[in-house]
Order: sequence, then structure tokens, then C-alpha cells
Amino acid sequence: MIMSKHTLSVMVENEPGVLSRVAGLFSGRGFNIYSLNVAPTLEKGVSLMTIVAEGDDNIIEQIVKQLRKLVPTIKVKDLTELKSVEREMVLLKVNAEDSKRAEILRIVDIFRCKVVDVSPDEVTIEVTGDEGKISALVNLLTRFGIKEIARTGYVAMQRSMQIDL
Amino acid sequence: MKLTGAQILLKCLEEEGVDVMFGFPGGAVIDIYDEIPNSSVEHILVRHEQGAIHAADGYARATGRVGVCLVTSGPGATNTVTGIATAYADSIPVVIFTGQVPRPLIGNDAFQEVDIVGITRPCTKHNYLVQDIKDLAETVKQAFYLARTGRPGPVLVDLPKDVQNQVFEFDYPETVEMRSYKPTKKPHVGQIRKVVKLLKKAKKPLFYTGGGVVTSGSHEELTWLGQNLNIPVTSTLMGLGAYPGDDDKFLGMLGMHGTYAANMAVAHCDLLLAVGARFDDRVTGKIDTFAPNATIVHIDVDPTSIQKNVSVDVPLVADCKSALSALVKEVKPTMDDFDWTKHTAGWVRKVKEWNETHPLTYNSDDKVIKPQYVVEKIYEITKGDAIIATEVGQNQMWAAQFYKYTKPNTLLTSGGLGTMGYGFPAAMGAQKAFPDKLVIDIAGDGSIQMCIQEMMTVVCNKLPVKIVILNNGYLGMVRQWQELFYEKNYCETCMDAQPDFVKLAEAYGAEGYRCTEKDKVESTLREAFASDKPCIVDIRVEKEENVYPMVPAGASLTEMLLV
Repeated sequence: MIMSKHTLSVMVENEPGVLSRVAGLFSGRGFNIYSLNVAPTLEKGVSLMTIVAEGDDNIIEQIVKQLRKLVPTIKVKDLTELKSVEREMVLLKVNAEDSKRAEILRIVDIFRCKVVDVSPDEVTIEVTGDEGKISALVNLLTRFGIKEIARTGYVAMQRSMQIDL
Repeated sequence: MKLTGAQILLKCLEEEGVDVMFGFPGGAVIDIYDEIPNSSVEHILVRHEQGAIHAADGYARATGRVGVCLVTSGPGATNTVTGIATAYADSIPVVIFTGQVPRPLIGNDAFQEVDIVGITRPCTKHNYLVQDIKDLAETVKQAFYLARTGRPGPVLVDLPKDVQNQVFEFDYPETVEMRSYKPTKKPHVGQIRKVVKLLKKAKKPLFYTGGGVVTSGSHEELTWLGQNLNIPVTSTLMGLGAYPGDDDKFLGMLGMHGTYAANMAVAHCDLLLAVGARFDDRVTGKIDTFAPNATIVHIDVDPTSIQKNVSVDVPLVADCKSALSALVKEVKPTMDDFDWTKHTAGWVRKVKEWNETHPLTYNSDDKVIKPQYVVEKIYEITKGDAIIATEVGQNQMWAAQFYKYTKPNTLLTSGGLGTMGYGFPAAMGAQKAFPDKLVIDIAGDGSIQMCIQEMMTVVCNKLPVKIVILNNGYLGMVRQWQELFYEKNYCETCMDAQPDFVKLAEAYGAEGYRCTEKDKVESTLREAFASDKPCIVDIRVEKEENVYPMVPAGASLTEMLLV
């Protein structure tokens, strides 16, 4: 079986301990978790988790079923099987001496990122995008020296129109 | 009516129809204990919290109702963890109430504080910390509902001491509404029809049944199907009693210590109907060679059990009872124009032949007492009309092999977790539920010492549980593995330093019997069973007897070591 990443959208009751139930399910059963993001939704008392998990088809099936089995879980959707939008926000603190700064700012421009903090020898860049964009940017900036990185993990949503092209 | 948290809790239990709970008091639940005399719920004082949870579990298994246990915070709560995990592994409905330090102290490492909700998260179906008196009644209602519906299991409710003292209007909700919890119960009609089609096609069908049949109370449907469709039945340890053990189509247990006929039938069947069983590794052996020629139908209320270990052809998520009754309903109209008996006659003949050529047996000896002989005698004397609890190890396997369970809920045994020390307190719980029934704990000399303190509980509550110790002076199952796979390196499995079990029983105020001769086994057992007191019967059996057949761990089911 081929290991692959799946993005799961998990709606849960927003009650104490729910994150630890979900995280504990992964650690206790030896499932691989790549990223996990959780925040409240518009509906009162409901939180949405976006979990990117790694495994072969059998493991992903078990993860989905085990998540559904948790009592506070309202709904689990595997977005990988659907057309969906996935975004992650990343903050990158990059070395930026005077001689390199112009080039870095050009890259920031091309990638439509934002500079959110500057000092004489560093810039902090905010970028939002899917996996491809983020890894491309990280690759380009690595040669300047990335001093710090903070990532939110993915948030994802099913596209309104499921068009097959 | 305004009541305190402690009073509300007891009212809730009364509303749930709880007649007895097993527990042990402490500072964090003293307010609840203060109210117990005013309640109709009877409390049984155990001698260790592990005894309380196992007793609640045994009560639940024997009655099919929810067992209840009440303990204090910290060590009281942690002492129940083994029992909670035991109930979780076997899907037994139990509700555990634990005391907790007052809310302002939670998280401050207060005296007797422990995060029991955190500790038991992986071994409960769900758990709660009640943070506010206004949630108490609804939480208790949900706890009982969760414990007994869907795939049953233990639910823990942690009660801070100050919540027990808060005052609130008591109002017990009539129904449970949980948007996140809606267990599937009814089977998919299309899948049921598919199963019937497969049944008509199959020449060598086999039922493989588990604890789910017992829990869901579907033994009648199963028995009807087995007998009318002429399909042999093999069962897991947990499923024993769901199909009459004395019926000629019953093959006994399958798996590691399963019968020759059962394991051969699995290897040769062309349709395997798994009902309320989960393809545990003790059952399947080497997974690649498990039922290699069979189309597999899997009925289970818990979707996570399906496709977990083996690839299933027809998954059927449903409560076993509704699935089997739907099957019965679907095949009944075919009874006239389809000769089910003739259809599988050859297969049934073959299976019987396996049974006859390789029955469960042991080398009998005239001098030493064989443990299997003792179990056979227990069956003969009770005629199968007893509740049998077991400890874990060789005693458990012999109790599974040589006693015929004809009714469900008559075997109480820790199947999934394999908890030594389970049997005696579980027997105590069952005896409390059925004071007039004969309740026997078939024990080993090792296991029985793990919860022996409950002797005092059975004596002072006049619960005449009979403990039959198959005493071989060893931790027998591990010794058997050491003999077979570790070149007889009997490291730390010899238990020849033992208490005098007869005197021990007498010290607690129970009766003690010892038997060292084969021809005294029957009379000793009869005497003990006739007594109205709890008894220990210490039977000195063959020291190095092994459980056979045996499939070594990880081998195929057909690679059996026979006697």
C-alpha cells in the first residue's frame, strides 16, 4: 500500500478535553499526524479541526472510523477525496543583510507575501498558500538563511462546486 | 425540589433503576456516602477498588444491565483503572463514579488529586468531569445511555467534592439528545439480501460468533439460524453461551486454544459469517492464512472493527440482534422451497468427522488430578446450570474448553485484556445479582491471589461464591510457553510458596476444602457447592499439564499442537 497524506475535516463538540481525545487517539494507536489545527466555528459549541494524517488506505480508513467513534465527534470528512481548498499560514524570519534585501523583497512580491517585521539584518515574512507554494518559497529563501519558522498547519474546506475536469 | 449534588446523584441512580453499586468510600465522596442510607440503592463495601469495578463488571455481564461502581479520588480512582480497561476491552457497560478534589484545587496537586479523566481517556468509551451542578443529572443520564447503547463500554463520571455540595433543582431528563452520538442499529436491507444470496450459494458456511451476540441478546436468532440453516457454529471465548454448547453443530472455541474441528472448519469454509466478533489475534493466528477460501461477512455494531484486521467482503454495520433478526426474517420465506439442511449436509458431516477424530481430550491419569477432569466434574455436577467466572491463564482455557455453556451470560471472563484477578470479584458481582444461583470462580493459584481480599466482602455480604482453585503451583500459562518456546527456562513462574488456602478461607470466615486425590474431587466439589457459605476448594492438580490444542502465536490455525 502507498502511504499518502490525507486532509481530514473534523467537526467536534467544543468541550474540555476534546483535543486531547483526538490527539490521544493518534498517539495511542500509532497513527501518524502531520498537522492539526483547531478553532471554533460559527456554530456555538462546535469546533473544526483540520487534521493532515499520513498512512496507507487501510490506516486512513481506520483513522476516519476511529475519529467518528469518539463521542464528541459530529462529522468527519476526508477532503482528499473531494475538490477542496487547502491553506496554511507561515511566518518566516529570514536573514536579510543590505546586499540581499532587494532580492528577498522581490521574491516576497512574486509570491504575494507580506513583510510583517523588519530589522537591520532580518525580515519576517507572512505567507499563505497551499503546500506547493509554501515549499517553493521555503526552498527559495533557504539560501538566505531562515532563522525561524512558525506554521499554523493546514486549514481546509471543500469547494462549493465539485467539478470534474 | 432543590437537592445537593450528592442527593441528585443518588436520585439519578434510582431513576436509572440501579439497585446495587459496589464501592469504597473516601474523603472526596464522603458527601455521597452520607446520603446512601437515605437512598434505595444498596451499596456493597469492597476491600479494594479493583474489586468494586470487577464486581460491577461481573454484575453487568451476568444481568445484561449496567454495572455501577463508586470510588474516591486519587488512589481510589486509579485503583479502578485495570477494571475499566478490562470492561473496555470486552465492551461491558459499566458506569464509574469517582470523587474529585474541590474545583478550586483541581490542577494544584491537591491531596488525593489525580487527573482521572485524562488517565482513563484511552480505556473508557467516554468520560466526564462535572464542572457544574446544573450539568450533573444530564451527565449521569448520558453516561448510562452511552454505556449501554451502540458498542457498550465503561463510562466514567468524575465528581468534584464541592459540586457534590452545591444545591440545584433536581430534574432528570427523560431522553438523551446528543447530536454527535448516533449509533447505527438497523442493518442495511440490501446487505442482508446479499448475505442470504451468499448463504444459498455457499456449500461450506460457518458462523464465527463473539461477545457481541451475548451483549446484544441475540442468542435465540443465532440458534435458530444455526439449526434451521444447518450451519456449524464456532465461537470466541467471549461468545461462549450464545449458541448452545451441547448442540451437535457447535464446534467449540476457535483460535489459539480452539478445537481441531473449529480451526479446520475456518481453514476450509467457503463462507465465514462473523457476528459480533473482531478478528482478535488470539483468534486468527497468522492473518494471511485465516479463512483463506472464504467470502467474509462481518456483522458488527462498531464500524472500526470492520476491515481492521482482515479484509471483509460484505460489511454490515448493525446491532447483532437487529441484523440476525433481519436475516431470520429474510430466510424464513425460503424455508419451503430451499432445502437448507441438504444443501450443507456434506459439510456438516465433514465437520462432525473432524470433531470425532480429534475431540477435546487429555491424557487421563488415575493418580494425579487433571485440571480438565475437575472442570468436567463441575459441568457434570451443575449440569451447566451455573454462572462460571474464570481467572486468566490455563484455568480460563480449561474452563472454556471443558464446560459446556448452554445459555448466554453464564461465562464471565476477561477476554480482551486478560486480567488476572478478575474472576473472583466478577463472581461476587454476579452472585449479588443472582443470590440463588450457583456462582463458581474457576481459578488458578496465581490469579486468585490478585484480588483475594474480596473474601471478606463475600463473607460479610453472605454471597456464597465458590472458588475452585486448579492449584498447580505455577503461573501455568507462562510456564507452558516457557516449556514449549523457551527451553523450559521456568524463570519466576514457580509459585510453590503459597498460603494455606483452606486456612485462608477460614480466617475470613468462609469454608475451605482441599483435595489431593482424584476420587475425592467429585465429593469435595459437591460438598462445597451444597454449602450456603462462600468456599475455597483447593484442588492440587497435575503440575505441568498443558492446554491443548495450541496454535503457537503467529502460526496458522491449522498448525495445531495436539495432545
